Amino acid sequence: MASPAPKSPEQSEKSKKYDRQLRLWGDHGQMLLENAKVCLINATALGTEILKSLVLPGIGAFTIVDGEKVSEEDIGSNFFLDSDSVGMSRAQVTTNSLLELNLDVRGDCIDETPEHVLSHTQNFFNNFDLVIGTALPEKVLILLSKHLWEANVPLIVCRSIGFLGYIRLQVKEHTVIEAHPDSENPDLRLTNPWPELKEHLDKVDISKLDSKERSHVPALNILYYFIKKFQEENDGAQPVSRNDKNRIREMIKNSVEYDENGIQILEENFEEAIHFVNTCLSSQTIPKQLKTLLEDDACTNLTQNSSPFWIMCAALREMIQSDETIPVKGSIPDMASDSESYIALQQIYHRKALAQAENVYRRACQIVRNLGLPQDTVSEQEVKLFCKHSSELHIMRGSCIADEYEKNSPDLSSYLEDPDSLMFYYVILRGLERFIGEFNTYPGQFDDQVEPDVLKLKIIIGKLLSEWGCTQVLRDERVHEVCRYGGAELHSISAILGGAAAHEAIKLITHQYKPLNNTFIYDAITSNSATYTL
Amino acid sequence: MGDCQDSGQKRWDHLRKVLERPGPFCHPDFEPSSDILDFIMTACKVLVVGAGGLGCEVLKNLVLMGFKQIHIIDMDTVELSNLNRQFLFRRKDIGCSKAEVAADFINKRVSGCHVTPHFRMIQDYDDLFYREFHIVVCGLDSIVARRWVNGMLVSLLNYEDGVLDQTSVIPMVDGGTEGFKGNARVILPGMSACVECTLDLYPPQITYPLCTIANTPRLPEHCIEYVKVVQWPKENPFRTLLDGDEPQHVSWIYEKSLERAAQFNIPGVTYRLVQGVVKNIIPAVASTNAVIAGICATEVFKIATSCCVPLNNYLVFNDVDGIYTYTYEAEKKENCLVCSLIPQTITVKDPTKMKLKEIYTLLTDSAQYRMKRPGLTTNINGKSKTLYLTALRCLEEKTRPNLSKTLEELGLSDGSEILVVDDTSPNTMIIRLKYLSGDVEMN
Repeated sequence: MASPAPKSPEQSEKSKKYDRQLRLWGDHGQMLLENAKVCLINATALGTEILKSLVLPGIGAFTIVDGEKVSEEDIGSNFFLDSDSVGMSRAQVTTNSLLELNLDVRGDCIDETPEHVLSHTQNFFNNFDLVIGTALPEKVLILLSKHLWEANVPLIVCRSIGFLGYIRLQVKEHTVIEAHPDSENPDLRLTNPWPELKEHLDKVDISKLDSKERSHVPALNILYYFIKKFQEENDGAQPVSRNDKNRIREMIKNSVEYDENGIQILEENFEEAIHFVNTCLSSQTIPKQLKTLLEDDACTNLTQNSSPFWIMCAALREMIQSDETIPVKGSIPDMASDSESYIALQQIYHRKALAQAENVYRRACQIVRNLGLPQDTVSEQEVKLFCKHSSELHIMRGSCIADEYEKNSPDLSSYLEDPDSLMFYYVILRGLERFIGEFNTYPGQFDDQVEPDVLKLKIIIGKLLSEWGCTQVLRDERVHEVCRYGGAELHSISAILGGAAAHEAIKLITHQYKPLNNTFIYDAITSNSATYTL
Repeated sequence: MGDCQDSGQKRWDHLRKVLERPGPFCHPDFEPSSDILDFIMTACKVLVVGAGGLGCEVLKNLVLMGFKQIHIIDMDTVELSNLNRQFLFRRKDIGCSKAEVAADFINKRVSGCHVTPHFRMIQDYDDLFYREFHIVVCGLDSIVARRWVNGMLVSLLNYEDGVLDQTSVIPMVDGGTEGFKGNARVILPGMSACVECTLDLYPPQITYPLCTIANTPRLPEHCIEYVKVVQWPKENPFRTLLDGDEPQHVSWIYEKSLERAAQFNIPGVTYRLVQGVVKNIIPAVASTNAVIAGICATEVFKIATSCCVPLNNYLVFNDVDGIYTYTYEAEKKENCLVCSLIPQTITVKDPTKMKLKEIYTLLTDSAQYRMKRPGLTTNINGKSKTLYLTALRCLEEKTRPNLSKTLEELGLSDGSEILVVDDTSPNTMIIRLKYLSGDVEMN
């Protein structure tokens, strides 16, 4: 038999090529990625590994700034160079090899040092959505950090040395609508149903169902019914405490009759109802995180420069003030049920979510008008997404790296109490940067200088610690280990950091998933890592 | 230029610093020397199993960590949807062997290395092949294949009077990713937890009960699954088995699923979802593969050079929310089916009632065994007797009636050994029946 003429949508080349990642950040995430421009400073092995994981998924464009010529050591650690490239511009060779990875990506390079670019081309770096720097000298790092902080361009700084790695994000303000939490509780509102839902749920009296109906009734109906029973028993009080929840579980269980053998068999839907007690009876108040967000100055004092995120927050705030409830997610978990009852419930939640989103959209449009901004500043689609995820909205306000170096001495004492803390490596890496600044070489770069360099580095670190008011002493062996590396960049360590840093870049560009806040240390000797907010 | 001189080249200075200088965190056996780099360049043979997202990365990492004698095995060919992360492949390579393209690319880019490709299934080679390697790294998306390689490496162990001969141990480094999550582990077969010891770490595949998809579908997945397992075999639209890579097939499933979803008012059937369900697609992205492959290659380097103590023995990675890693020691299972020397027993309460089917189901469904489609034979009075075979259809049909026979009817007795073969292992496993004494009553 011939099949009917295909009605399937024609899959574009791009959606086929990017299929495996579109399942993670969607077409809207991909669009942001394809419109993004990033700049890489210094095409070290680490730098090109980061770009590789951005070029493959289809970043819009990249620019490499690097004044170095390719050395023999570079060839041994950087995959995007080969033995013929010694002596050539490192920016040029790596740009060409990276472009081979994906024909949809544009790339160019500047064969100049970042210092030169910073001092000669005013605002060069302002044109990017993100700047990534590797192997930056301390002086350049501080200049760049200040400049990008002012320009409001996010910066990712990375370092790979021996078996150690460091990633630092600098971003003034970053907002996330889709955090994609690993697990989330269903949003069911059973203790406080809106009229349509209440009317629908009130129709089912669990005690009057025949055995066939009982086996098909959704867990939501069961749970709702027993919440009502609980309230009847308790003068209308909401179930809040653990005892209350146990009481409801008990009531559900006791409603199941014994069979002829005296065995009580809980059907799947009743099991599910008991299971839902734990996750679905959370209090209906506004989550603390959202409350903070809605009371933020950026939300309460909108200006023409406010981002769509804050405009939507303000609209949501208005809606919550008038309705005293946050938008429902609009979806329900799967549960044993006949198709019809399940779909009917699903539609009620979905309709409510749509109506609420529309309400928020109307308010957002009004705000946009009042601010004198163009009508398309906020789209209905965006508002729907925003409302759906309103309980997991996330904001991150970062700190300027230059301040960490120049103004606020980091308060590390509490971390350094633990002799195994990876914070010690942060301290050592800061010492390493200062060492390079002073002696223009890595500690331990030359075989006969390892021991003397250990002493020099220890003195530098001692000074740093006392500047910061830390009394802890560093274990000599860690300083020795770093001097042993002599500035070596091990490819596999750069590959690990490159992948991790690239994903942080993708988070910043797509505004999905929560980024690192803000410093990551990786110790490949023990395969441990730690995150610090500096 | 010869290999020995090669290790003296300036380009390897990075590696020389960590291999020729002492350090406080080195393995106790570590003695810094230029011989170590010579060893990994000329003598150390590494097998990379899988030339996909992880395999490509691992291969690149290994050659830049100084390894030159590398073999890579993969039976797959390059597809368009690989190109977002499998960076050694280009559009022109679609349809070619992954192992061959990957080896070719690396050999051209990194002068002096010798990557040998094998466009084969792992099962095409026997112990003589696997015995050749110092270290095996797996970058696979299949649990069955992982278990098979693990079983192979365990079977290469030599025991003398119950004591493990350490020279027969071939370390296995294994990585896996899914979306923004991944794991990496080091297995010293016979010495630390093997894949089988920790089988419960792999979540069972999501399956939908037939009665749900047939009678009470609620999710778009239920509709798609119904079309796939019920409608396709019944209507057999293209007179062939369903192939998830055949766009016409996927379109057919998509259209029928839409129809079914419309019938029940179920929203959410999309072409992408249909593809995902039909092919059991696992989301994948370049960055996670880079991280996990980097960790795997670092561990290979540590094992081969002793310049650091290797990972002991399991690491999980997740960068959904910030960047998170966690390291712990997975424990060796005392009575592991594969790596313990303890014979497996199945306790039988009543051989006059227990049917062979129950043993079969135990092997496929219990968390302990999770076999795919085991074949069972035994020896009765020195003669081999087939109990149930699945390899060929005619044999399966012929032996199927045995499943509903009791152990007694099949002539099995207390202490009988059942020989089990399965896709999850290269070896025959022996399971001994243990009858409980007669006075124990079933209730």
